[in-house]
Parts: sequence; structure tokens; C-alpha cells
Amino acid sequence: MAQRNDENADIRYLNPVTVEVKKKKYCRFKKAGIKYVDYKDAEFLKKFLNEQGKILPRRLTGTSLKFQKKVAQAIKRARHIALLPYVTDLLK
Amino acid sequence: MLKNYETVFIATPVLSESQMKETAAKYISLIKENGGTVVSEEDWGLKKLAYPIQKKTSGFYHLVEFQAEPSFIEKLETQYRRDERIIRFLTFAMDKDAVAYAEKRRANWAAKKNAAAEKKETNE
Repeated sequence: MAQRNDENADIRYLNPVTVEVKKKKYCRFKKAGIKYVDYKDAEFLKKFLNEQGKILPRRLTGTSLKFQKKVAQAIKRARHIALLPYVTDLLK
Repeated sequence: MLKNYETVFIATPVLSESQMKETAAKYISLIKENGGTVVSEEDWGLKKLAYPIQKKTSGFYHLVEFQAEPSFIEKLETQYRRDERIIRFLTFAMDKDAVAYAEKRRANWAAKKNAAAEKKETNE
């Protein structure tokens, strides 16, 4: 038992282990009081897409379920009228 | 009972400017004939499409905000499907939040437009 403790004592990290400080996520719609997500506003919707043009999950954007559904619906409408691509590379 | 709708359609870029205006006018008159009222109309002009539609990479966008009977929408959409100049269309029923948002958007759209118009006059 004691022998194992010496082992991990030898482990030396090159740089100090940065524990990922947990940023409190908030729903930007609730905070800003936005009620309606416009499907014509491609610039705003791009914030919710990754480079390939896929919709970002809630755990990354932190939006609440109600607004994530509105955003997803708006993005799909924007894609239908070719304001946003279905799939692309290096969208930003 | 009149409901609020918003429709966006894309016309093929092959059209000349006058044909584009004529298609837009056609749909506006169609709405008016069937007891609808046009609230506002925006012409975004020639824009690049995010992906090619029918082998075309750009199109004339046109937005029409109107109030109409729900039964009219079916007629409007069959007209769209029949018209080969329109390559893509979307009609959208607006709830009260959408209507509030649209008014605000129309205000700064108008502001932006006459700002652009003034800029044009100044440098003429």
C-alpha cells in the first residue's frame, strides 16, 4: 500500500494541472428578455452553429429547453430559405 | 378571422428587375383580392444563397408580411408551387411575440433604408 503512494509521488506534471473553473452557464434569452427568435436573422443564428453548420447542444450554449427549441426551429427555417447552409466547412 | 402571416420567397436570378417586381406585385394583388391586407413588404434584392438551389447560387429575396384568412394560405402556396419563377418559398404564422418583433424590425429596417438613401444623396 505504502509503496504505491511513493509511485504517484514521483509523478511530476510539466505544468500545474489547471482545474477547469466551472463558468456558470446562463440562458441568454432569459437574461436579455428576448421572446422571439427570428429565422431571418442569420448573423444571430450563427452563434448557435458550429463550424460545420450543425446546431450546438444546450450543454455548450447553456440555453434553456424552451428557447433551444425555438432556436432549432428558426435555424431549420433559415436553412430552408438558404440563409444558412445545411452543411459546410469553416462557416465562421 | 384574420391571422398574421409572413412569407418569404426566392425568385430565380435569371429574371430581369422588372420581371421580379411583376412577380412580387402578382402575389401582393393575390393577397389583396382574397380579403387579405398587406402589412409590410421588403425587397432584399439579389442575395447569394447558402447552397445552390436548382443549380443557381443566388436569388431575389422578397418578404411580405400580411394578414389573411387561414383558408387563403393553401391557395397562396399552390400559386407558389405552380409559378416556376419561384424557386423557394416559406409561409410562417406569426404569434404575438413575432408580431411585436416584426414592428421593431420594420422600424430599424426603414431607418436603415433611408439612412442608405441619404448616404446615396450626399455622395451624389
